[in-house]
Amino acid sequence: MNPDLASSVAGAAYIVAALLFILSLAGLSKHDTSRRGVAYGIAGMTIALVATVWLTAAGAWGAPAGTIGLSLLVGAVVVGGAIGLWRARVVEMTGMPELIALLHSFVGLAAVLVGWNGHLGTAHVPAELVDIHHAEVFIGVFIGAVTFTGSIVAFLKLSARMSSRPLMLPGKNVLNVGALVAFVALTVWYVITPSIWLLVAVTALALALGWHLVASIGGGDMPVVVSMLNSYSGWAAAAAGFLLNNDLLIVTGALVGSSGAYLSYIMCKAMNRSFLSVIAGGFGIEAPRGGDDETGEHREIDAAGAAELLASAKSVIITPGYGMAVAQAQYPVAELTERLRSRGVEVRFGIHPVAGRLPGHMNVLLAEAKVPYDIVLELDEINDDFADTDVVLVIGANDTVNPAAAEDPGSPIAGMPVLHVWEAANVVVFKRSMASGYAGVQNPLFFRENAHMLFGDAKERVDDILRAL
Amino acid sequence: MSILGVVREGPGERRVAVSPTTVSKILGLGYDVVVEAGAGAASSFPDSAYGEAGARIVDRAEAWSADVVLKVDAPSGDEIALLRAGATLIGLLAPAFRPELLQRLAAQGVTALAMDAVPRISRAQSMDVLSSMANIAGYRAVVEAAHEFGRFFTGQVTAAGKVPPAKVLVAGAGVAGLAAIGAASSLGAIVRATDPRPEVADQVKSIGGEYLEVVVPDEQKEVSADGYAKATSEAYDRRAAEIYSEQAREVDIVITTALIPGRPAPRLITASDVASMKPGSVIVDMAAAQGGNVEGSVAGERIVTENGVVILGYTDLAGRLPAQASQLYGTNLLNLLKLLTPGKDGALTIDFDDVVQRAVTVVRRGEITWPPPPVQVSAAPSAAAPPAAPVDSAPKKTLSAGAKSALIAAGIAALFLVCAFAPAPLPQHFLVLTLSVVVGFYVIGKVAHALHTPLMSVTNAISGIIVVGAMVQITADDPIVRVLSAAAVLVASINVFGGFAVTRRMLAMFQKGGDK
Repeated sequence: MNPDLASSVAGAAYIVAALLFILSLAGLSKHDTSRRGVAYGIAGMTIALVATVWLTAAGAWGAPAGTIGLSLLVGAVVVGGAIGLWRARVVEMTGMPELIALLHSFVGLAAVLVGWNGHLGTAHVPAELVDIHHAEVFIGVFIGAVTFTGSIVAFLKLSARMSSRPLMLPGKNVLNVGALVAFVALTVWYVITPSIWLLVAVTALALALGWHLVASIGGGDMPVVVSMLNSYSGWAAAAAGFLLNNDLLIVTGALVGSSGAYLSYIMCKAMNRSFLSVIAGGFGIEAPRGGDDETGEHREIDAAGAAELLASAKSVIITPGYGMAVAQAQYPVAELTERLRSRGVEVRFGIHPVAGRLPGHMNVLLAEAKVPYDIVLELDEINDDFADTDVVLVIGANDTVNPAAAEDPGSPIAGMPVLHVWEAANVVVFKRSMASGYAGVQNPLFFRENAHMLFGDAKERVDDILRAL
Repeated sequence: MSILGVVREGPGERRVAVSPTTVSKILGLGYDVVVEAGAGAASSFPDSAYGEAGARIVDRAEAWSADVVLKVDAPSGDEIALLRAGATLIGLLAPAFRPELLQRLAAQGVTALAMDAVPRISRAQSMDVLSSMANIAGYRAVVEAAHEFGRFFTGQVTAAGKVPPAKVLVAGAGVAGLAAIGAASSLGAIVRATDPRPEVADQVKSIGGEYLEVVVPDEQKEVSADGYAKATSEAYDRRAAEIYSEQAREVDIVITTALIPGRPAPRLITASDVASMKPGSVIVDMAAAQGGNVEGSVAGERIVTENGVVILGYTDLAGRLPAQASQLYGTNLLNLLKLLTPGKDGALTIDFDDVVQRAVTVVRRGEITWPPPPVQVSAAPSAAAPPAAPVDSAPKKTLSAGAKSALIAAGIAALFLVCAFAPAPLPQHFLVLTLSVVVGFYVIGKVAHALHTPLMSVTNAISGIIVVGAMVQITADDPIVRVLSAAAVLVASINVFGGFAVTRRMLAMFQKGGDK
């Protein structure tokens, strides 16, 4: 095999792969083209991997180290691929956020390892590029390590293995900025006198920073965090591309990085948060406790009463939240939807952009339960229709339907766009208890005259309603 | 555990304090329930229904000797004599109008709770029997009027000619008025409403009525502090009288609901207004018991005037829907019992620190406790209240347009400098990076919100491309590098395969309505 031919073919393959990745992302912006988008992505990845394996094989053919390397490579891909496919098959749709967070951490870990290898294998770097190479090692390791621990913490929080309460260290902003300053200083030092101890130090620093960044964010803000970590993992890949002089890595990493950042930006707008403060970690914590004392008498309803309301309604909107995911209530909810639709009741879903623990989380759950996606509408599409709606079912949502956001300028969540469920004739709120939502804000919706509380596990209550219908 | 007695009402009252449905819920509070035989007969609740709900059917004396006696109307002197000393009586006692009743109850040594003394605060709404009865009465007033009225309420165009819709005027848009507006407009009539409280205009509109505002220049419009209407000023009354005269000539049905607590009902429709109405028109005076809003109405009577106008002065409108009224009254009663039985142990306790419990208690163990200290809670936002506190949250740090352009310029300059001075491969890399970032932004720009999760898992799979970097390093001579690379390849492969597989699985689930 000819290494020169291999590298030019690989170069061409990389361009094709990059193009396919762009097509893949573009395809995923619409339902109709989304499956094609995934096919493009898989094709691009296959081309890139085949080309790389060939390139590696061409360069290393015959050498004993190469043979060991190749067998290691094949073994690792087979084992890794098997694990990945297995996890993908068995994961519950409600466990999707955890899985994705965990996958992000793998990218981060891989980036750290690649960076370390970059340090260990500096031998064949041209002299005039050594300083830049060192800087690249550092940047790659830093981003990778932040992504790694950040994603691990996100995973732990999402899977409830760690408290979802924000960690409140004194002077956390100083800690974050201090870590960045230390990083710059270490980079300069390392460029001047490369030493493995500096690399160890920066890795530890970045790991700690990633941990702290995500630990200081509350569980309710996880959609933004996961999408941000997605972006970070892209930047980690791009940094590795600089390090390895590999354009495919740079293109792909930048694509993922910028699209992830944009996605986080959309999320932030939906929550009325500042994008910068999200990237900095630990936002929305110093919120003033304005409306907490607002209480009143709430009215309870039982499942039979809710069923009666639904039976006599002409139009129903269901606004699910994380509670639906926790209770695994999507199947009974879908059945309820179908039952009502067959009776001629207009049923639609109103999805808040940050409902759940992952952007689009609710859509995935409803799709899993076979709710047709054309009745699942976004906040902007449905918000004007609440006033003409007979019954709204709020299933496990709280902050996203809080009227205080729209009406009380002193509320911590003031200005956040919310679903105007309270404008409907009747609102049935499925809830475990009267506790506040993640934002820690009392919800005056529960004390409205048209609101009825249906306490208990969302899934059991929906089942009760189905029986009563 | 206390025994709770439901007694039969006097003649002329068709309601009963508790319906069978409510009985089972009261049992849940830990009480034993006894029901006087025949108590629910007039409300179509047979004794057997109470029995099935878990109550014991007993005779009159036993029901009256219960620990807690539940009633609708105020008891007569004979009935009071049947009460045990120390018992509790709950019913509509009208404490403001019947001091002698309170004295007699006090002499009997009982505790008396007046359901009609529940304060109008939002916490007590579920016990507000005046509201729930007014709601029924308002509805029934329209039904009574429709019964007397010789025409359709709704307008129709038929082969036999065009029928104009009836015009209904509702005076007073309280609970009863609103119920009447809703009932009349759902029958198809054109409904107009008046009320001295301008804040009800939206409520009137929301149920299909038209609010006739009494425009009085230079008068501070009053916002009621206790949720009830107050007496009005002279200028206002003059203008209102003109409106009533104008409307009387035009409308077919007039329903008056104007009441002022503790005072005789205001006179809204004069005899000359009635005389100006069309023959066949109907007036329902819901305030007839308190003296009437309409000149010539007689409490409890149906009057036909010389010009053929029917004036209904029924005072038992709620009782004319006995099953419904008993059901709602029973629920109000149940909610009060819940409040008085915090332990759900069948032990009735009265906490005088609670404004609701304080207000309903008119006699406590033989001592008159009426009237309670006033409760001031506005049912409507008070106009005099200070405007909403200014937003005191720190203003968001948004960059000015100038600062933004400066920042962009600085970024571009930095990029330029790096590319201009960096050695060979770097400028190329930056070019690729910059273009990819831009492409990434634009490609994602219009993504449907529902696809955010699949998008994220696909980008996640794609970012597994880092496997390429690890693969390139795996053939190095250094064994440590090889091991590290192998580990990187392993974890990145999990990412690539897992990411794509899970995305496919997700997308396979999305389907359109007709796709099944």
